[in-house]
This record gives sequence, structure tokens and C-alpha cells, in this order.
Amino acid sequence: MATLLEVRDLKTTFQTAAGVVRAVDGVSWDVEEGETVALVGESGCGKSVSALSIMRLVAPPAGRIEGGRILFKGRDLLALSEPEMNAIRGCEIAMVFQEPMTSLNPVLTIGRQLTEGLEIHLNMKPAQAQARAVELLGLVGIADPERRLAQYPHHFSGGMRQRMMIAMALACNPSLILADEPTTALDVTIQAQILELMQSLSKRLGVAMLIITHNLGVVARYADRVNVMYAGRIIERATAAELYANPRHPYTLGLLRSVPRLDEPRRARLDPIEGQPPDLSRLPAGCAFAPRCSFRVARCEAQAPALAQAGPGGHVAACWESARLVTKAAA
Amino acid sequence: MSEALAERSNGEALLDVSGLVKHFAVGGGLFGAPAGVVRAVDGVDFTIRRGETLGLVGESGCGKTTTGRCVLQLERPTHGRIVFEGTDITGLSQQDLRKVRRRMQVIFQDPYSSLNPRMTVGEILAEPIKVHGIIADPAKRELRVSELLEQVGLLPQHARRYPHQLSGGQRQRVGIARALAMEPSLIVCDEPVSALDVSIQAQIINLLEDLQSRLGLTYLFIAHDLSVVRHISDRVAVMYLGKVVELADRNALYEDPLHPYTRALLSAVPIPDPKLEATRERMVLRGEVPSALSPPSGCVFHPRCPIAVDRCSAAIPPLREIRPSHWAACHLA
Repeated sequence: MATLLEVRDLKTTFQTAAGVVRAVDGVSWDVEEGETVALVGESGCGKSVSALSIMRLVAPPAGRIEGGRILFKGRDLLALSEPEMNAIRGCEIAMVFQEPMTSLNPVLTIGRQLTEGLEIHLNMKPAQAQARAVELLGLVGIADPERRLAQYPHHFSGGMRQRMMIAMALACNPSLILADEPTTALDVTIQAQILELMQSLSKRLGVAMLIITHNLGVVARYADRVNVMYAGRIIERATAAELYANPRHPYTLGLLRSVPRLDEPRRARLDPIEGQPPDLSRLPAGCAFAPRCSFRVARCEAQAPALAQAGPGGHVAACWESARLVTKAAA
Repeated sequence: MSEALAERSNGEALLDVSGLVKHFAVGGGLFGAPAGVVRAVDGVDFTIRRGETLGLVGESGCGKTTTGRCVLQLERPTHGRIVFEGTDITGLSQQDLRKVRRRMQVIFQDPYSSLNPRMTVGEILAEPIKVHGIIADPAKRELRVSELLEQVGLLPQHARRYPHQLSGGQRQRVGIARALAMEPSLIVCDEPVSALDVSIQAQIINLLEDLQSRLGLTYLFIAHDLSVVRHISDRVAVMYLGKVVELADRNALYEDPLHPYTRALLSAVPIPDPKLEATRERMVLRGEVPSALSPPSGCVFHPRCPIAVDRCSAAIPPLREIRPSHWAACHLA
């Protein structure tokens, strides 16, 4: 499989009253054609800003992409002119957001919101766009699409709005969809429906997906590879099977251990990660996770570890003490 | 009853809710007449024993939050009785209700919007103690504030901070301390961890459990996260469209669910293990939750139910005790 997207040493910062926040601090990752990749982490870890950077939607003047390259099909998106980027944004690379209600225009019909992109990006005639819109709603499992096209977003339930967002994302046959917390606002039974839909569409249409989420459970079933982010950096990457079976960064291990699980006997006590998430404008010199880490040694506070090989299948982790986790996790 | 619960509880009912109904009139009709009635809570019964945690789970719009608000008398129920510490509180005057409210407190989902941004943490905690006349002496009040902060894992110096200077987890700790300030017997926890990061959720859940065993608290724990509810609850009630469809001891409910809706909910919870997920059968429910403005006839779950038969659309299944202390509202259970 060919590489579809290569992010290299991406750095995105925000100027705030408290100083410069390094939201994304030199991350590199890839998406292969047709692959589903996950970007997992807690609030403020830089996962959403990574996606916005790819779309070049980081709002100036506070937000700025400081450096790095984003190669999409071999072209550096950061070097494109704004009209060239417009042709890619929403077309070859589409995005699905968490909150479908705030990303849909409340005063336009569902039909118009679907046909607008088709007319602009693909130069379709109105009748042609209408026919494609009906097809798209059918594709995402919305019954009675002709009638639905005349309705407004407030007529739709949360799950249907998210189906509509997916239909919009699919409109121009994208090769990559960035889905930012696509199911977080949805109920658990609807979440299952949407994830199953996204997976089947991705397989059927060969679209690659980047799923951004805070929920490790969500991606276990659907992602081929998982990147775990903490404080603006990727701290671990592996295939999904490898990551869950053999986490090699204390943060990943902590995340997996801190959630109660339905498939395991109930534990008397949960194992939380102690402490608070770091302040991004005042990151420590060494490893950002060190203050909360139970594997911490003197070196961690002085020097930030880089990603290094930690297991098979391209498993990498940024931890000086990674080797110690193997025995500990097995114990 | 588990051993730990037996220690905390003497089996006495602290809260007894029976026949609880809450309907909301929806405007938009001709000349401002109500256009319809939302049956938010439609006949709910449950009891919580002293020292126990009852989990109330369900999806958005199932009526779990409204049930909690009725228990607190933040909403006056349309029908039904709510007996708290031996008194029916549904008919009480505002003045009598004030005394009762000291004994039942609430922890909200979003600690940021439920804390006054212009007050320091110390002021937020001291105010209810002063208003309710619990401690009149300012110096003693300050000591009590320090003690409350320490109880929830914060430091005395946090009293001088404002809510925006705290992280989400720390704010939720303040929300818990404020509930404890009144020395309540019952705390209604409405989605207390769902706005928090995963690594912080476990800290708050452990804290709630520690406080329960130390102070003998009783919780009504309202949440949509089935894994969290299983961890913290002694018994669990599952709600769907304003009704309790299943109620049982935690282990019975999770290991042997009797209602098809409970089974669907459990199978929809993603598990962080790709190998297990690959082999796990998933029962994806068709359709979505119908509107509480016009709930379906018969069993409210029948349009989405994978095992529904003709009878299900005709007759409402009552909540029956199918096994000892395991209740379900299903014709086929």
C-alpha cells in the first residue's frame, strides 16, 4: 500500500496571554491508502489541532503552523496556495466533527448543504447534484432520502445529523476523512451504529480514515494503527493489536488500567493516573509525563526521550524506561 | 447484598420513590396552548437503602436526570411519592423543604458551570455552611473549609483560588466538597465524571467510594457509561423512555441481563481490546429512541427490539420480579 499522508515534524503553536502554547510539538505520522489510523489522547494533547493543521484551518493570528511538512499524495499541503488548498479541503480530504449540530448550517436544507459542495467542487448541475445527494443519503443509511433532503438539521436526531456529516464528507469521493471525535456526542447504541457505518464505508469505498478520540475503547475495534499523544507529542505508536496487548509507555498503560472494563471482573479499586494534565505553556524540560509517572527516574526530568523501537510491526514508544514496562505489564 | 454494602447498610430504606411521573407541557399550540406533553418520567419506582449506591443508566432523554431532579425536588413531580428519611417530601412547603435539602445534595456533570466564577473556592464552600446556620463562627467555618478540602484531596491553600485557576478534576473535587459541607445522607451524582478526562475519572470515582465508606453516604449515581456504573453501584436501574426497564443487583444485571434493551446497551460498549472485539458479537439496535412526546404503544422499546412479538405493541409489560430481587419489564423475560 502506498502512503497517502505523511506528516513530518509538524509544529503548531498558539500565542496566548499566558505565553506560547506548543499545541503540536514536532509530530510525525503516516496514513496509508485505505487505512484507519487513530490519534488518541486527552483534552489539550494536540490531537484536534493536528487535524486542523492538515486542513490548514488553524486560526491566525493566535494560531500558527511553525514548521514541518504535510505531504498528501506527495504534495506538501503547507506549500500550496489558498485556491489550491481550497480544492483539496472538503474534497480530497474531508472532515467529520464531533458536534454535528454546530457544524451544520441551521438555515439551509439538508439537500442544499449536500449539493453546495458538489456544485462548487465537482461543477455539477443542480439536477445532477440533487441525484447525487439522494444517493449519498442512501449510502449512509438515511431512509426516505428524497423527503429528507427538503428538511432542516433540527428535524434530524443526533445520530442522523452525524450520518448527514458523513454523507457530506463522502460527497466528492475523498481519499482521506479526518473524523474528530465522531461519536463522542452520541449515545452508546447510536455510537455503535455510526462506527459500524464508517468502517463499512471505508472498506467499500477504499477511503482512509483518521479517527481522533479520547476513548481507547472506540478505536480498538476499528483502527489498524494507533498513535497516542500527550502534551503535543506522540508518545507511542503501534498496530492496534500490539498496543493494547503490550503497551510500552507508562501513559498508555495508565490509560488502559484506569478505566473499568465490562469484560473483566470488577476491581475493588480503580488505578488512576495520579496528578493533573500539564500546563502546555509551562512544559517541563524533560518528559512531559514525568511528574505523573510511576516509572520515573532521574533522567526523565532532564531529557525528553524520543520515539524508539519498542516492539514488532513498527511499535515505537518515547520512554527511557520502556523496557521495564514489559515485565511489569506481564506481572 | 455484597459484604461491603451489608457493613454500610442496615437494610433500612433511605429513599423510596413510587409511581413517579413527570410530564412537561410543550408550547407551540394555538394561542400558546400546550402542543403536547413530554412524558419525561412515566411511572418509576425504586428504593435506595442507607449506605447503598443505586446506579441509574440510560441514554439521553430516557428521564434519568429528570428522575434525579424530582428526587431533589428541583422539579415538582406530576404524580408519585418520594419518601426520604421517612417523610414524603412531595407535598412539603418551601420552608420545610429547605431543611430536607440539607440532607440531600447534588454533584453536577460540569463542575465549571456549577461553580460561581466570582467566588473563591473558600467562599463557595463557606456560603452554604453560613446560610444554613451550620457553623456561625467565621473562624470555625474556615477550619471546616480546610477540613472539607482535605477530605476531597485538595490543599488548604486551594481555598484562595478561583474556579478558573483549577483543572477540571480539581473543580469536580470542589463540587464534591460543597455537597459534603451540608453533611448530607444522600448525594445525587448526575454524570459526575463524564466531562472529565479518562485519567482523572478514576481519581474521582475512587474519591467518591472512599467518602462513602468513611462518611456512610448513600448515592443515586446517574450516568450513561455502563462500565463506570458497574464499578460504583450496588444495584442498577436501566431506564428507557421514562420507564425503568430492568432493576437488579449489579452482578445479576451485568452477568445475566434479562431485558433486550439492557443486553443491547451492554453489547454496544466498546472494549479496549482488539482481539476480544474482533470475536465479540455486537447487537446493533436499529433506529433511534422515539420521541417522548408520542411514545410507542405497548412496550416503549418494541419498535427497536430484536425479539419483539405482536403482544409487545399491544400491552405494556409491567416491571416484574422475575428472579429474587431481579426485576424486568419485558413480556418475554
